[in-house]
Amino acid sequence: MFDLHGFGDQLLLGLGMTLKVAAGGLVLGLVLGLLGATAKLSRAKPLYWLAATYTTLMRGLPELLVVLIIYFGTAGLLTRIAGWLGHDGYVELSPYAAGIVALGLAFGAYATEVFRGAIQAIPAGQIEAARACGMGRLRIFLRITLPQAWRVALPGLGNLFQVLVKDTSLISVIGLEELMRKSQIAIANTKEPFTFYFAAALVYLAITVIVMLGQHRAERWAARGQPGSTT
Amino acid sequence: MNLEWGVMLESLPRLLQGTLLTLELVALALVAGGLLSVPLAMLRVSSNPVLRALPLAYTFFFRGTPLLVQLFLFYYGLAQFEVVRESIFWPIVREAYWSALIVFTLNTGAYTTEILRGAIQAVPHGEVEAARAMGMSGGTLYRRIVLPRAYRIALPAYGNEIILMLKASALASTITLLDLTGMARTVIAKTYLPVEIFLVAGAIYLALTFLLVNGFRLLERRVLRFQQPRTA
Repeated sequence: MFDLHGFGDQLLLGLGMTLKVAAGGLVLGLVLGLLGATAKLSRAKPLYWLAATYTTLMRGLPELLVVLIIYFGTAGLLTRIAGWLGHDGYVELSPYAAGIVALGLAFGAYATEVFRGAIQAIPAGQIEAARACGMGRLRIFLRITLPQAWRVALPGLGNLFQVLVKDTSLISVIGLEELMRKSQIAIANTKEPFTFYFAAALVYLAITVIVMLGQHRAERWAARGQPGSTT
Repeated sequence: MNLEWGVMLESLPRLLQGTLLTLELVALALVAGGLLSVPLAMLRVSSNPVLRALPLAYTFFFRGTPLLVQLFLFYYGLAQFEVVRESIFWPIVREAYWSALIVFTLNTGAYTTEILRGAIQAVPHGEVEAARAMGMSGGTLYRRIVLPRAYRIALPAYGNEIILMLKASALASTITLLDLTGMARTVIAKTYLPVEIFLVAGAIYLALTFLLVNGFRLLERRVLRFQQPRTA
């Protein structure tokens, strides 16, 4: 391989941060996606409009702009809220928190559409049958809808996660020391930009491949009871 | 929250100027990337494994790494090599504008290649066989049957790719270009009013996305009208 001038462990630290932000964004995004899909399928109009506005905004704005807005744009609001709660002084999100929030919001918007499609793919007869068995709405959701919907949603969510991992690089712009930022720091010391950006590219490629393999296995596992599956 | 409406209005001309650069970069990259993707997609469906592997390596790299890395690798990275600095391409490679344009082209070209490959493979076999039976082969078959059919199949997915490219173009601001996002960041550095300026910039992006989505809907309706149920 090529000479990393002793910055290899720094890059690994950066990789750890990248994975942490990706995991945080994934969890937040899945929660937002489920909430969003439920709201979009709800009969309550205000909930529908709220979710529709959220997905339209997030899918129309560049992720970089979302990261910048969450980091630079929320400090005024947060300081004011903290003021009401009796805390004086300036409050802002750390790059870490801002990154997770921004990526989670973006992931959630796309996941909303994935979940909505998956929930709609469940035959109405099953919901009626569950209701006839006396299940409440929450129990129907947990026992009937969710176990089947996530199987349909899995390929879509896997692709979104690939995008999420790549988008973590954007958080380097607000100074979070993830893989990209660590590479920049190494470059400032060694003056070898190609070496380190290429190393970073290879690490991202490796993550992509691992996620792809994981996605494939998860899909096979999820489909194990389906007709036509070989496992 | 009290917004500084005056500042928002004053920032508009400069942000619109940034919008022009955004549109220019996106349009040129899409045209060049589109041209690049046609031969590459044709190679991707070739029966020769070596010919198939070349475009696969290209699309794998550009779809598997973040655009930001690609941009930095090109704009900052290539300068590490003396060969590049002394070559005749150096005046182009060191320009942020050309770097962004080239990287955007290669990036969207990779995604478009895969979209087009899927579409070519989705062209019904019967149509290709019928064309063969009529005596068409090679170039004629592609020009008359496969490509006109494939681009219609690819259209919805390509519409999404255009939106993604528009959003990704915001990264041009990270290599000093004053596109819409870059201009917004510059104005914020002078006015210290991030919320106001980001609101205006965000509204412009949303307007562009809205126009693109609806424009594409019209285009799809037009070129796919043979699939629609007949009225009257």
